[in-house]
Amino acid sequence: MSQTILSIVMFILSLALCPLLPGIVNRVKAKFAGRTGQPLLQKYYDLGKLIRKDVVYSTTATWIFRACPVAVLGGALAAAALTPFGRGGALVSFQGDFLIWAGALTLARLFMILAALDAGSAFTGMGASRETWFAVLAEPAIFLAMAALAVISHEFSMTGFFLALTPEATSRHFMALLFAALALFVVSLAENARIPVDDPTTHLELTMIHEAMLLDHSGPDLAIIEYGAALKLWVMASLAVGAAVPVNIGSWWLDAGCFLVGLLVFAVLLGVVESVMARLKLNRVPQFLVGAAVLAAISVILVARSA
Amino acid sequence: MSLQAALVANGTAVPLADIPEGSVPQLRSLILEKVAGGSHLASFFPFADGPRTMLVAVLTNPEEGGLAVGMAEVGDSYTSLTPECAEAHLFEREIAENCGIVPRGHPWLKPVRFTGTPADDRLPASFRDGRIGAMDFFRVEGEEIHEVAVGPVHAGVIEPGHFRFQCHGEEVIHLEISLGYQHRGAEAMIRSAPVRRGRYIAETVAGDTSCGHGLAYAMTVEALAGLGVADSADRVRAVGLELERIANHTGDLGALSGDVGFLPTASYCGRLRGDILNLTALIAGNRFGRGLIVPGGVGYPIDSAMAGTIRERLAVAWKDIRGAVDLLFRRPSVMARFEETGTVPRHTADHLGLVGPAARASGLEVDVRHELPTGVYRREEFPLELQGGGDVLARARQRYVEMATSVGFIDRLLQENCAAPRPVNPDDIVLRPDHFAVSLVEGWRGQVCHVGITGGDGRLHAYKIVDPSFHNWTGLAMALRGQLISDFPLCNKSFNLSYCGFDL
Repeated sequence: MSQTILSIVMFILSLALCPLLPGIVNRVKAKFAGRTGQPLLQKYYDLGKLIRKDVVYSTTATWIFRACPVAVLGGALAAAALTPFGRGGALVSFQGDFLIWAGALTLARLFMILAALDAGSAFTGMGASRETWFAVLAEPAIFLAMAALAVISHEFSMTGFFLALTPEATSRHFMALLFAALALFVVSLAENARIPVDDPTTHLELTMIHEAMLLDHSGPDLAIIEYGAALKLWVMASLAVGAAVPVNIGSWWLDAGCFLVGLLVFAVLLGVVESVMARLKLNRVPQFLVGAAVLAAISVILVARSA
Repeated sequence: MSLQAALVANGTAVPLADIPEGSVPQLRSLILEKVAGGSHLASFFPFADGPRTMLVAVLTNPEEGGLAVGMAEVGDSYTSLTPECAEAHLFEREIAENCGIVPRGHPWLKPVRFTGTPADDRLPASFRDGRIGAMDFFRVEGEEIHEVAVGPVHAGVIEPGHFRFQCHGEEVIHLEISLGYQHRGAEAMIRSAPVRRGRYIAETVAGDTSCGHGLAYAMTVEALAGLGVADSADRVRAVGLELERIANHTGDLGALSGDVGFLPTASYCGRLRGDILNLTALIAGNRFGRGLIVPGGVGYPIDSAMAGTIRERLAVAWKDIRGAVDLLFRRPSVMARFEETGTVPRHTADHLGLVGPAARASGLEVDVRHELPTGVYRREEFPLELQGGGDVLARARQRYVEMATSVGFIDRLLQENCAAPRPVNPDDIVLRPDHFAVSLVEGWRGQVCHVGITGGDGRLHAYKIVDPSFHNWTGLAMALRGQLISDFPLCNKSFNLSYCGFDL
């Protein structure tokens, strides 16, 4: 199977499967808590339910608030198109594409924050403030991890990063890749509103970060944002898995299988983390994110030494 | 010269004529002296004695083994106690609201339940308004200060209350709590209801404290009627009260766990709370112990077979609770959230007159079962377990150790005869005229205080209920000072106060 077809197939598969990840995480958490848990496909049901509902807009909301779902979905789709899902590589790939990748996700976030302020509620404003605070701190970790991957692969595009990770390259740079993957894992906890940074299950507005910004969205708008969030989780997970699991094993189906199993492990790991620890106190989160940046920096140092 | 107070034992009645009467300044100095000496205001309320309006003060007085009671005739205003005795602040607001009597010099005079007060120009306009929550809130001024308003409609299925935070970024500078949304007039209903119906109203003052309020009502009525209770019935009452304590503490520890996002303990405790509630259901046929405690005895006896079942099932549940809660306390990430969060120092707790586990977690030696025991609690010295520290962790641990004590106590009670005789017909209960009765019960949240006063016709002329939440809401507001606003739900749950118990 040619690279292009494989990347198209993986892209479509990602769009279709991304709402499954939160379902797996929830199932793992339920198991730890001794509950049966919700169906694996719950996210799909929720999205279907929301799409059939009407939208309610706050009286203070302007076009920014209405544009938010489009921007969120657009940002997530752009990022997904630039993300290599396994061996096929990304749908679109060029020199320096990871900068655009980060930019697309930031644009989505910018609109979320603006829409939260636009809604004019104290809760959404508080969520927006926290989101901004933590996003700024998460960024260095992402770029340092990318830098490590760039040095290992001698490439400057995301597809290049991961395609260079043959089993040989992975074993040679094992420690560096482990640190980079860990950093990306930690960042994806923060970026996707997971414990220990945020609590996706809470109903308490005062403690929310990501959820607080969504309080005023409803109906299909909310469905689009929720889908965008699921896609973002899939994209971030793909990066962490890409760094941890070598893709160039041999046959394309083995690579694709490894990748999907990697994502499954990622989701299970996420569920385990959420089950065995409490959420951090809000003013401790920066330390956690700086810790991720330090992990990524160690990765860069390890690579630089061996190069 | 202060008033020489009458000493009334917990759960007893004295003729109204035996309660010494003085002037308001004398009553003031009595309260100030007693509070300075370590007593706390259990209740402070007005009642109409013919054309006169009397202020009645009930103070805990553990050294002398009872409650100090004094009263004074009051005009349309008096010098406020609050500047010198902080724990009187809410009582004085309540007095102003209920009777239009102005406490002169009260630093923050506002309605409590927004019932709409007979017009008095000296009271702030919010008293006459009657719209719930329509009042001034304390404001912090400044460019970087923002205000967050939460409630009265909340995101969860909980009671209504309004919280107003003054914040500097994530830090809370001040929190003000405004309640009153659930005011039903419980005291007035109990006053006018016959005993047959009054007990049902008492049980619903705070649904999660059915046994606590039910017991306080039963004790008050029994005291006024001069009615005794069989030892076996007393044991069943204590079993009900302690089961209520265990169930609520279990639920709250689970909820605390859920609030920090630690789901295993949250889920386990949710189930285990149900197991304990089911034990109450085994006795009384319903999970909250409605109808278990009735004036003159108990509605449902426990025979030896049932006692065995309860002991067995309680032991199993307690083993599971220990497992679930130890899991919580062993988790460093949970401890990081609990420690030094929402601290109420001992002197603040003392100053505000906090009660119950929240007070004991701050190191205050207050527990009705220890200080002013009644019934079976008199038989054995109830241990006073103080955590100290006053933070969320201390309140969580306090609940845990109290559960352990309760489990052991229930087990001992059930080994004795609990086959209580049938209680007297409530319609045959005759209250003695012109009597004053007070009962304190250590409910799971703390001191539940009921005071009943009968008139010359043998009917209740005044009935005053003080739920522990009435004392403790201010404690929560103080706990939040300098904390992160995102820690509010955690602090709130560590107190878990009642809205309807406050609103009456």
